[in-house]
Amino acid sequence: MHLNLPIYLDYSATTPVDPRVAEQMMHYLTLQGKFGNPASRSHKFGWEAEQAVEIAREQVAALINADSKEIIWTSGATESNNLAIKGIAHFYQKKGKHLITAKTEHKAVLDTCRALEKEGFEVTYLDPEPTGLIDLEKLAAAIRPDTILVSLMHVNNEIGVITDIAAVGQLTRSKGVYFHVDAAQSAGKIPIDLAQLQVDLMSFSAHKVYGPKGAGALYVRRKPKVRLEPMIHGGGHERGLRSGTLATHQCVGMGEAFRIAQLEMSDETIRLRQLRDKLWNGIKDMEQIFINGDLDQRIPGNLNISFNFVEGESLLMGLRDLAVSSGSACTSATLEPSYVLRALGRSDELAHSSIRFTLGRFTTEADIDYAIPLIREQVGKLRELSPLWDMYQEGIDLSTIQWTAH
Amino acid sequence: MAYSDKVLNHYENPRNVGVLDKDDVAVGTGMVGAPACGDVMRLQIRVNDQGVIEDAKFKTYGCGSAIASSSLLTEWVKGKTLDEAASIKNTEIAEELALPPVKIHCSVLAESAIKAAVDDYKKKQQVN
Repeated sequence: MHLNLPIYLDYSATTPVDPRVAEQMMHYLTLQGKFGNPASRSHKFGWEAEQAVEIAREQVAALINADSKEIIWTSGATESNNLAIKGIAHFYQKKGKHLITAKTEHKAVLDTCRALEKEGFEVTYLDPEPTGLIDLEKLAAAIRPDTILVSLMHVNNEIGVITDIAAVGQLTRSKGVYFHVDAAQSAGKIPIDLAQLQVDLMSFSAHKVYGPKGAGALYVRRKPKVRLEPMIHGGGHERGLRSGTLATHQCVGMGEAFRIAQLEMSDETIRLRQLRDKLWNGIKDMEQIFINGDLDQRIPGNLNISFNFVEGESLLMGLRDLAVSSGSACTSATLEPSYVLRALGRSDELAHSSIRFTLGRFTTEADIDYAIPLIREQVGKLRELSPLWDMYQEGIDLSTIQWTAH
Repeated sequence: MAYSDKVLNHYENPRNVGVLDKDDVAVGTGMVGAPACGDVMRLQIRVNDQGVIEDAKFKTYGCGSAIASSSLLTEWVKGKTLDEAASIKNTEIAEELALPPVKIHCSVLAESAIKAAVDDYKKKQQVN
């Protein structure tokens, strides 16, 4: 069977736009299309564009069982996270100046919290359990009278573990604390029912769900009402929460992407879990390999593995036919190994040795059949090159060696 | 990151991978780096009676540039005297492999490895 190399196994980084989505988007750009400004109230061009944006808003709302009036368009999940966290902090700062999040959150949340700390807010960064999950009791213990917001991700981008947001929502609601969820990695992959969940704010991205990059949304609950201080001021678009002319084609693309995700999610979940399990079953007998994060409470398309005694970037070189990512320091701008894996209590060595495989809509069984022997061969080859593997084979405990840190 | 052809070549066909008997008096072993930092190099040399390195072996845990740096080094030190080998500069390795600035530390580690191997050999001779 013919394969297109390299095989894309990095769907948590981004996804290709689904051809059905691209087709819809093309109708909102040119003179022949509906190119109008959705805010133009005086002619047909504006009305058509507005209608398209509102249909898309309903499509986004439908996937998460929300009211379309609760959806604010943004440029992506990073902006949504900023708007939610800074918006709550600035609006409710007279009530309190304490926020809670976790060490394994995305930088869009962590750096936003850091920025608020500089303004005088106080932030508690919870340690996850070794599984990557947050202990509800530890969260409860961290809530103070001046806590105004808890922000936790639904699904972790590196290890794919799922936070029990239903339980967290019950806790935060009972304590009168707002709850924001970064759902960039969960929307379209696992069910989200905001009529049931006690979540006040939720961030979404289009490009993780086969929509375009540069489009996102923030869910802002209406009952009980959540208020935000806007970050972007201007023409008062999006109920004054996010000014700026809407990108009609981007909204349409995100709407179509969410519509397709809703239709296909249940079948796709089964298919991806089978492929992911096939990949894991094909390599799990290898010595000294470890899954990072809980395997059961995890989205179907994610497999994050540490191959002990092999450095991640060299393995990426060996796996050039697979587009995957690594928690190795060498692949990051900071030369620090993955802070997510470190927060789980993984050693630096295992963090350096990690590879994230994320499967998606266009992954085939042939892709996995190709990947399995390649991974085995390349890990084996690098271990033959590895002095650490030698020492492990000789029964030497690496933690007893006096290393020369550099 | 794009790798130079020379790095790729050493990564695909590493030269002189292996182990020499570290207890042999004629063998010097240098092991530098730390697993927590993401690279460990073990470089070994066998020195003849004339003080010339007649064989060299390496094993490296690290990125492609670290593997290439140590592989290249084993080629370079063969046939050199101890003093010649110990005077190899990391900049020469970095230049030969066209390492980008973020990978210079790999060549620094390789330089430390050969110096450590030469020191180890010299210490053994003093004891004997």
